[in-house]
Amino acid sequence: MRHILSILLENEAGALSRVVGLFSARGYNIDSLTVATIEDPTLSRMTIVTHGSEEVLEQITKQLNKLIEVVKVIDLNESEHIEREMMLIKVRSTGKDREEMKRMADIFRGRIIDVTDKTYTIELTGTSEKLNAFIEAIDRAVILETVRTGASGVGRGERILKI
Amino acid sequence: MQITGAEIVVRCLQEEGVEFVFGYPGGAVIEIYDAIFKQNHFRHVLVRHEQAAVHAADAYSRSSNKVGVALVTSGPGATNAVTGIATAYMDSIPLVVLSGQVSTPAIGLDAFQEVDMVGITRPCVKHNFLVKDLAELAATIKKAFYLAQSGRPGPVVVDIPKDITQQLAEFVYPATTIVRSYVPVTRGHSGQIRKAVNLLLSAQRPLIYIGGGAVQGNAADEVRELVRSLGLPCTNTLMGLGAYPGSDDHCLGMLGMHGTYEANMAMHYCDVLIAVGARFDDRVISVPEQFLAQAKKIVHIDVDPSSIAKRVKVDVPIVGDVKLVLREMLDQLKQCAELPDAGALKNWWQQIEAWRAPNSLYYAPSDTLIKPQFVVQKLYEVTGGDAIITSDVGQHQMWAAQYYHFDQPRRWINSGGLGTMGFGLPAAMGAQLANPHATVACVTGDASIQMNIQELSTCKQYHIPVKVINLNNRYLGMVRQWQELFYGNRYSETYMDALPDFVKLAEAYGHVGMRIEKPSDVEPALKEAFALKERLVFLDVITDQSENVFPMVQNGKGLNQMDLPPHMREIQQNPFENNRDYGNMC
Repeated sequence: MRHILSILLENEAGALSRVVGLFSARGYNIDSLTVATIEDPTLSRMTIVTHGSEEVLEQITKQLNKLIEVVKVIDLNESEHIEREMMLIKVRSTGKDREEMKRMADIFRGRIIDVTDKTYTIELTGTSEKLNAFIEAIDRAVILETVRTGASGVGRGERILKI
Repeated sequence: MQITGAEIVVRCLQEEGVEFVFGYPGGAVIEIYDAIFKQNHFRHVLVRHEQAAVHAADAYSRSSNKVGVALVTSGPGATNAVTGIATAYMDSIPLVVLSGQVSTPAIGLDAFQEVDMVGITRPCVKHNFLVKDLAELAATIKKAFYLAQSGRPGPVVVDIPKDITQQLAEFVYPATTIVRSYVPVTRGHSGQIRKAVNLLLSAQRPLIYIGGGAVQGNAADEVRELVRSLGLPCTNTLMGLGAYPGSDDHCLGMLGMHGTYEANMAMHYCDVLIAVGARFDDRVISVPEQFLAQAKKIVHIDVDPSSIAKRVKVDVPIVGDVKLVLREMLDQLKQCAELPDAGALKNWWQQIEAWRAPNSLYYAPSDTLIKPQFVVQKLYEVTGGDAIITSDVGQHQMWAAQYYHFDQPRRWINSGGLGTMGFGLPAAMGAQLANPHATVACVTGDASIQMNIQELSTCKQYHIPVKVINLNNRYLGMVRQWQELFYGNRYSETYMDALPDFVKLAEAYGHVGMRIEKPSDVEPALKEAFALKERLVFLDVITDQSENVFPMVQNGKGLNQMDLPPHMREIQQNPFENNRDYGNMC
């Protein structure tokens, strides 16, 4: 099952590689990983999307907590949460296809952020499924490149991950 | 007054009360060695290979309950130390390993003797640091000692670039250290402990399963009190030997792949199991499903939450320091009016005694060939069971574990987790230096001893009078045993042709060498060797090449499906002769 882990860790050199090294050394999956510092510059927040059985997820959480630089770990799936991922997708769009592509971007609440006479670059934000759906909805042949940030997540309401 | 970074390193070690630093100099640590030259607070032991420095520091720690310290140079010095670091990591031994690094401006430029030590050791340390700023050096070393010995102990590497050791700064050693992201649990959850007590009191067939955590957590007294106050059976893992006395009747001996029949059968058929600082590893429980097929309730006490429910799901997890958890358990038990069902416990003991009666450690004696088990038994007698025994890895390790009945913790020092050949001799050095008045013997084999035999030279330099008992069967014995049992006697690359003359070799290093070829010579030779209190004696004991370690649980089999020694093969067919009714156990 797919899980989203939110990790608060010390913003120190090497902390990221400890987390990544843990996943590869113990054979856990990383579907996506995002990390950046937060308002407190001594801390970073990481979101890892992974999948595995409940037993494996329990071990992942425990092993992450065991890393000295990890301050806190929560599995967002344990309660209601919101997730967002951002994608930049560059598509070839010429002639009458240009209007069609613009319409698709609007339907998915995407924004065209770069335009040339042959291409559009569309910025799209939403759940990972929504981004997948957009890719499915347009003609594969027109996709020139895609870049995705990986999912970020946050618990709903009063559920807060803080030191 | 400003002092150099190198001097700060030395001052930090003094502040930590370090007695011995095991190490090997080189370019990146030459400043630190210069600072060591000018101090007399701790002794430096110059090994002959960096792997041995870490093993010696490791055994120093295991035998003394202090933090072991090793110092190596950058590049090859650092990589040579890695096997030692991984060994300590697998067995949760508190070490601080200081490694030299090339100067900070040279890092990343493929400088001479540069390796990414922090990167290389990341998966086999509790934590590691690269010191990039002299202002952080003292606080980092303080943190390293704190991390190494708190919570679940482990090795911590501090990588120190050469220019940091040359710069000048004031020395300020922090009085305390707080790591906000690291708060190890010490006290167990009282409610969980209550549940454990209730389970124990309701048990019909209880068993206490004692691991290395009971040794490292200094919980031997509490383990003894628990076992004796309720009259429970217990079993020690390879790492837990000595936490409960091996010569006591409550102890069923070691369990696992080469455990006794009674320990493994009790482990399989118990109905309430209390795991104390043990981790259900694959050499104890080969297949978790087979182990759990026999219904039982499991209480698991461990300081490391990730050890719990890693291989075996448990009913009552208790995270905490084993000593504190057991102490609270004992207090709760005292307040309870209840006692376990005496009748059930008596029946359980009768069954255990029936399993114990045929003596699964019996071997056929010989007048002509020296049986390796016999050597360990004689070693036990001659040393009065009171020696610190280190071992290497293989058949000799198992025989030492099976036949030397350790009555005290921190007397049995072996590489259980990583299984590092070459551990024994440097470990004996570290143990002897930590315990100068103790009798220290290294039980080894002809293959293992050659993996760090150069340390005989270190022993000479520092007058370390350990006794090396080389069970010489001219084979990589444990691999040979598997080839005999599972690979149709195809002894691929396990015959040690062209062994050195170990007696002459020992003599060449300045020690006493003896070769023993007859069973009748074993005891006199051991007595003679241990009488030479000031000398290292190398006993090259020519043993029966065909001897195998039994009992044995093959990979993939349950603990109730053991390969037993020849005299018990019939019992194996019908383990429940007396047909006692234990629910579904038959």
